[in-house]
Amino acid sequence: MSEYAIEAQQLSRRFGKFTAVDAISFQVRPGEVFGFLGANGAGKTTAIRMLIGLLAPTSGSARVAGYDILTQAEQVRRRIGYMSQRFSLYEDLTVRENITLYGGIYGVSDQDIVRRTEEILGRIGLSEPASRELVRDIPLGWKQQLAFCVALLHRPGVVFLDEPTGGVDPITRRRFWELIYETAAAGTSVLVTTHYLDEAEYCNRISIMVNGAIAAMGAPAEVRTRFGAETLDQVFLRLTRPGTAA
Amino acid sequence: MKSFLGFVRKEALHLLRDRQTLAILLLLPVIQVLIFGFAVRTDVREIAIVIVDPTPDLATLELRDRVAASDRFRVVRVAPSTSQLDAQFRASMVRQALVLPRDVARRIGRGDSLPVQLLTDGSDPNTGGIMQGYATAIVQRWYADLAPSRASLQIQALSRMRYNPTLESSHLFVPGLIAFVLTIVSAMMTAISITREKETGTMEMLLVSPIRPAAIVAGKVTPYVALGFLSVLLVLIVARVVFEVPLRGSLALLLAESGLYIVTALALGILISTQAPTQRTAMIFALAGLMMPTLLLSGFIFPLDSLPVWLRTISYVVPARWFLIVVRGIMIKGAGLATLWQETLVLVGMTTFLLLAGSRKLAIRLG
Amino acid sequence: MRIIFFLVRKEFLQIFRDHTTVVQIFMIPIVQLLVLSNAATFDLKQTRVLVVDEDRTTVSAGLVQRLEAGRQFRVVRAEPTTTGVEHALLDREVTATIHIPRDFESDLVLHGRAPVQLVLNAEEGAAVGIVQSNAGAILDSYAAELERSLPRLTRRQSVVGTATLDLRTQRWFNPTRNYKHYMVPALMVALTTIIGLLLTAQNITREYELGTLEQLNVTPMTKVQFIAAKLIPFWLLSLVIFSIGLTIGKLVFGIPMRGNLLLVYLALMVYLVVVLGLGLWISTITRTQQQAMFVAFFVILIFLLMGGLFTPVDSMPDWAQAVAQANPVKHFVFIMRAVLVRGAGLETVAAPIVGLALAGMAVLALAVNRYHKSTA
Repeated sequence: MSEYAIEAQQLSRRFGKFTAVDAISFQVRPGEVFGFLGANGAGKTTAIRMLIGLLAPTSGSARVAGYDILTQAEQVRRRIGYMSQRFSLYEDLTVRENITLYGGIYGVSDQDIVRRTEEILGRIGLSEPASRELVRDIPLGWKQQLAFCVALLHRPGVVFLDEPTGGVDPITRRRFWELIYETAAAGTSVLVTTHYLDEAEYCNRISIMVNGAIAAMGAPAEVRTRFGAETLDQVFLRLTRPGTAA
Repeated sequence: MKSFLGFVRKEALHLLRDRQTLAILLLLPVIQVLIFGFAVRTDVREIAIVIVDPTPDLATLELRDRVAASDRFRVVRVAPSTSQLDAQFRASMVRQALVLPRDVARRIGRGDSLPVQLLTDGSDPNTGGIMQGYATAIVQRWYADLAPSRASLQIQALSRMRYNPTLESSHLFVPGLIAFVLTIVSAMMTAISITREKETGTMEMLLVSPIRPAAIVAGKVTPYVALGFLSVLLVLIVARVVFEVPLRGSLALLLAESGLYIVTALALGILISTQAPTQRTAMIFALAGLMMPTLLLSGFIFPLDSLPVWLRTISYVVPARWFLIVVRGIMIKGAGLATLWQETLVLVGMTTFLLLAGSRKLAIRLG
Repeated sequence: MRIIFFLVRKEFLQIFRDHTTVVQIFMIPIVQLLVLSNAATFDLKQTRVLVVDEDRTTVSAGLVQRLEAGRQFRVVRAEPTTTGVEHALLDREVTATIHIPRDFESDLVLHGRAPVQLVLNAEEGAAVGIVQSNAGAILDSYAAELERSLPRLTRRQSVVGTATLDLRTQRWFNPTRNYKHYMVPALMVALTTIIGLLLTAQNITREYELGTLEQLNVTPMTKVQFIAAKLIPFWLLSLVIFSIGLTIGKLVFGIPMRGNLLLVYLALMVYLVVVLGLGLWISTITRTQQQAMFVAFFVILIFLLMGGLFTPVDSMPDWAQAVAQANPVKHFVFIMRAVLVRGAGLETVAAPIVGLALAGMAVLALAVNRYHKSTA
């Protein structure tokens, strides 16, 4: 049993000749907010999908929430939450029905489901009548927040967020990060991918992936200093410009 | 016009890249025609029959030999009594039973009348009648040979089966199969394709573009027309080469009518797609809604003459019904446009109506 | 299991919220059963014929009258000669032409037999045999009538013996020759199968396309729970649909129910597992709803046309009959007809039911196996 929430060792994934994830290694501690940065196609989503058990690694290993992702997949699944890049709750069910469903799947007791439903509705500010609307009909900002809360419904130790603030207005983005901090403060580790580099500043530690490999890792300030840049934007450009070694 | 052609090209490329769907659309009809052409037969053979012969003698043996020798029957057993018949019939182990009385030869010799019972499983009235006819013929002929009796007056029906003298099953089925499969596949294709565009939201994008809705629909449909046509050609080749289904009429006319019918079926699919908000609805509509009616109301399996009047009227609305007459006419009967112009006109009318209705509905939905 | 309960509830919520689909699921089979039961018959309502009477005697006229008297034939046209008659067949104006040759009456009187030429349009195939036998029956009964009523026709006989063949024919199980008794059970099977298979075939594919499947795969839900939860709602629905169909069959069409209905339901429950499981399996091997649909169509058509619904299985070539053994529709239709129409009991249907049960388990195993929560 390791003390880390996430621990990846030389994790790799190849699709035929193409290497999507190239031997990445990193650790995330409990309660940490870890930012997974990189351009589109850098391998962030592939890496996440391996960590949450949707994709098998070609080589390397990882432990999530204290369990091996390959040999103890089911235990891992019980202890993690996931919010995918593409909205994946049921649009033809109501807000409440979605919450109840996932509560049931994760083995949350009936009373707890009731209690946590009210908690969630309060937290994201959804009114009683709105909670009975079909998810299809509520605004995008609320949909994303709902997906986030459902990912946390069963109080997992680790939660994976793939581009949670994509397409969302700045105020909702702010709300999101407040929620993320609250979650981390309660002891949950959060691994969040994003390509908004300003959001990277909100993380405890970040890693920047370039062409499948981790090109830089550490606290945001550290990384900036190391690359002699003022903003992470500049670091990023330096790393991804052709001809620059990582 | 240029944007329309560009749109057609986009759809065509889309289609070509989807190898699986392409394979399905081309191969499905061919495979189905192959399977059903070989497997589905309407003639009755291998009738499981029991002969109950309480006192076997030369006369009964003669009858038993004749039945066994016939390739229509398969004598399951010869029983001494009728005791097990009931159970055997129920279990469908036996379809017919020939029950002979005792002392047959003696009765015939004495000139007594001979009571023979022929029991037939009549659950299926059609095959029941056919089986009964076969068995009756054998028994009557046997009796006539054994006991030349008063020859009764006979009016003999000399029948000629025009256009299909051997009543070849495949010749009867294959044209119908062509019509049926074309209908379902074409309608399904367009219905799904258009609703999929609606569901993924790309339809809205198209509608904002300068192309008119009618052109969009036409553009979507055109590659499928080509594909459907190709599929018809393949099926016709199989029909001719494998099953030797005749083509007594004009190939050109057949192809032209097939082309027309493909458009009819596609237009039907378009109309379905305007009514269906999701792919699932379109699919259920096209498959569940069209399959049985087309199968049963087009004259494919059950003759049109057996439809009660009110249902016959409804069948006029089924496009496959008209196309089937055309296909059979051209292939089996060698009919030409002179004979088939009414059916062709109906198809043209239906197509026009469906296309107009379809594009109007589409325009309303978006306008 | 609690998870299955939650998943099943979600399915039901989704199904019943989609009003269009609910209407389709129930209306399509019911309406089609009501309407199409009248179509699935070989009972020709009327055959249009053209008569050419070259004899023009009272006897030949009597024959024509006899033809028209029964309601099976309708003489659309009468021509004096056979010229130009071919066209009526080509044009589908008539289904058959009946040609009474010139010496009809004299042949009957002098020789005791006379031919009548029947030319039938064989393009439709099945109808032809029936027309032929209908016509033959009328000719036979007319001949018998002539024999009785016109003694001069029997003058030329030499009587050898008075022995006659007393052939009594009996049709068991459907003496009234009601096609509906035979076809309605089959139609019920067909309609329930089509809807059931379609719904399951696109179900999992749809979740895959929408992206909701992925969210489920991340949860501790197992493959077995998933498949079970997909099966149960549609299994229940299909049971309901079928029961409605059975009720309609009994009330509207008066289909017989000679055997034990429990057997039918036992078979139905097992049968549905096979069919729905097959649909789910199709759903796991296709990537788009479009593909799922085409595969489902292919499977359904084979099942229906080779299942003995409309054409007898016994008539198929041996290889096809062997293949038909793998066709669940064939077995269930057999069971339906055996129990309802023939009143068969457990001894007859036990074997096919067991076969279906095995097939059901195999199919479900396939579906569970094929469905992967993670990609290799």
